[in-house]
Amino acid sequence: MPCATFRPNRAEDEYPLMKIGLFIPCYIDAFYPDAGIATLELLEKLGQDVEYPLDQTCCGQPMGNSGCNSDAAAAEALFVRNFAKYDKIVMPSGSCTHHVRDNFDAIPQTDEVRHVRENTYELVEFLHDILKVDAFPWAEFNHTVGLHNSCGTLRALRTASMSELGEKPFSKPMDLLSKVKGIRFATPKRPDECCGFGGTFSVTEEAVSAKMGVDKVRDHHQAGAEYIVSADSSCIMHQQGCAERAGVPIRFIHIAQILNGASQ
Amino acid sequence: MSDKPVNHARAAEHFIEDTPHLQFHDERLWDMRQKRDAQMHILPEWQELREEASRIKEHTLSRLPEYLEQFETNARKNGIHVHWARDGAEHNRIVGEILKAHNARNLIKSKSMVTEECDMRPYLAKQGVTVTETDLGERIQQLDDQLPSHIVVPAVHKLTADVAKIFAKDYHTDPNIRDPHLLAEAQRQAARPVILHADAGMTGGNFVVAETGTFVVCTNEGNADLSATVPNLHIATIGIERLVPRMADMGVFIRLLSRSALGSPITQYTTHFRGPQKGGEMHVVLVDNGRSARLGMEDFWTSLKCIRCGACMNTCPVYRRSGGLSYGAVYSGPIGAIIDPTFNERKYSTLPYASTLNGSCTNVCPVKINIHEQLYKWRRVLVQHHEMPFVKREIMHMAGKLMGQPRMYRAAIKATEVSLSTMPRFVLYNWLNPWGKHRENPHPVKQTFNDWYRKNRKTAATPAAAPETKK
Ligand code: SF4
Repeated sequence: MPCATFRPNRAEDEYPLMKIGLFIPCYIDAFYPDAGIATLELLEKLGQDVEYPLDQTCCGQPMGNSGCNSDAAAAEALFVRNFAKYDKIVMPSGSCTHHVRDNFDAIPQTDEVRHVRENTYELVEFLHDILKVDAFPWAEFNHTVGLHNSCGTLRALRTASMSELGEKPFSKPMDLLSKVKGIRFATPKRPDECCGFGGTFSVTEEAVSAKMGVDKVRDHHQAGAEYIVSADSSCIMHQQGCAERAGVPIRFIHIAQILNGASQ
Repeated sequence: MSDKPVNHARAAEHFIEDTPHLQFHDERLWDMRQKRDAQMHILPEWQELREEASRIKEHTLSRLPEYLEQFETNARKNGIHVHWARDGAEHNRIVGEILKAHNARNLIKSKSMVTEECDMRPYLAKQGVTVTETDLGERIQQLDDQLPSHIVVPAVHKLTADVAKIFAKDYHTDPNIRDPHLLAEAQRQAARPVILHADAGMTGGNFVVAETGTFVVCTNEGNADLSATVPNLHIATIGIERLVPRMADMGVFIRLLSRSALGSPITQYTTHFRGPQKGGEMHVVLVDNGRSARLGMEDFWTSLKCIRCGACMNTCPVYRRSGGLSYGAVYSGPIGAIIDPTFNERKYSTLPYASTLNGSCTNVCPVKINIHEQLYKWRRVLVQHHEMPFVKREIMHMAGKLMGQPRMYRAAIKATEVSLSTMPRFVLYNWLNPWGKHRENPHPVKQTFNDWYRKNRKTAATPAAAPETKK
């Protein structure tokens, strides 16, 4: 569907206008394109001028996280070439945002690189903190969902309060989801527990990783969730794989899809 | 010591196969984490306490030699003999000599991770000294000839039935006992005569106070107090990082320690040792064993702030599901993963990878050690020091190259999709792919986001600002 039909004029008047570069992480590109499409359409509905540079690949995180930092240089350099010209860079992934913001140092830290690092946002924080979206009139989701905060969004980007610190409860993804009609929330027993994806950890420590994943999806399922919703498709990919193998009947959806008006 | 890298992943896999043990382990430690949370919520000043504790430790570590000397001077004034041990061997020799001088053949000891580091028991055994652990969990581990699997609850990976079996062998109790109280009583009955007839007692030390020349031992079973006071000879083995400058600092640490460890407001026994008892002798052995070297490591020196509360282990989702023994080291869990490589980089090169970098450990640490960031940094160091398996290193190298070349990357994505939709299941789920051992693969899709975008938003698409790099 052409994007113009998605743009209500009120959004254009209401939200600040910026030139946005959209980064779609590799696993969303390859396995969860709908999450990417929803992100783009949502930003367009909110009146934003969004471009997706076609020659993008990866932010460098897999190499950086494995300690092979010098191998992240090519990906990081390409990332900067792709995105330096935008006011803001938005991506539907907490862990990639965390990499760009906190660990992106395989290449010399030029002004361009610094600009990119300082202006990269994960989708939820962008909607919540920059656009300060107060309504998603098109969104309705008549299901019970369990929110999975990835460790990247929770403990690095700090989009929600962390149980270990005893801080005043807050949750940016919950704030946004609460504006969706019909949605109900399930509360798992261990909401902050890591699901065990961890990048290459999922393969090098596959037994622990998969066990953590199964425990995670069971916790949500037992709390009554029909869907696990998350801002990170990498966690979803892992959890979905675990749920399907273990026969836990639960579905998965990216937060962008719900906010963009998906009904299931 | 063999340098062969510890295979944490395989040991963990083994641990996971045993559901009853795994489940108990995970739930018991998670319960400790929750009790810790409850204690934290009671104290509105929790974060200030952590900050203060971290500050005190960093300050002390930055002036460690001065404070150590201050402690030595004051301890001597208190009538305590102070010894310095550069490494484990020196520590064992010193302890052996003290025991020999007193003709002591039976040593009772309370829990001390430093003596595990120094591998002291086998050394003393060769000298004809019988060492008996008096901490229940530590004794169980001693009888079972295993390292402690947790620094606070050393036998937490065992079920009651396991303990009953071990006690039956050594204490000739009924192997079918399932009441933990009965087992504790069996240990008490077995330990009491040993304690009463011991020639010497050994403890660790949780804190060493420079200004008073005293040290503090925290336990829940009171076994350290028995070990220290029943025999006339008391030897305390303590790492040099355990120092705090002032007695007033203890107010901060005592409030944090047990709350973080077990979720109880304070340990049952908090004993300040100020000098030998009447007619007795007290020795403190201050152990370096790599600590000075660690203090000089820019990215890792703050790991010396550790007060060994075990909170990082209790909260760690990987530790809870792999068990302490899978780390193959004296120190396990997150703290183990960042300090073990300082003892043997090759052997423990796998441990910093036994983490998802989720960061929960850092958040619970009462002295605010940035554990998960140190795990990340260790990975860099290990790769620089060529301590990553060649194949994995090569994969990352190739992936890194590929990610810099968008056209080749696109071609590779196509190939992945094709393989996902065409490869037979047994190929996808077997040797090629550890991912699929306990997980389904992601589903193949009709088109990538990139394809979709080219079709649906083509006009807005722009190529990268510069041509792609040549390889
Ligand atoms: S690193 Fe921190 S949380 Fe872990 S044992 Fe040491 S003091 Fe406790």
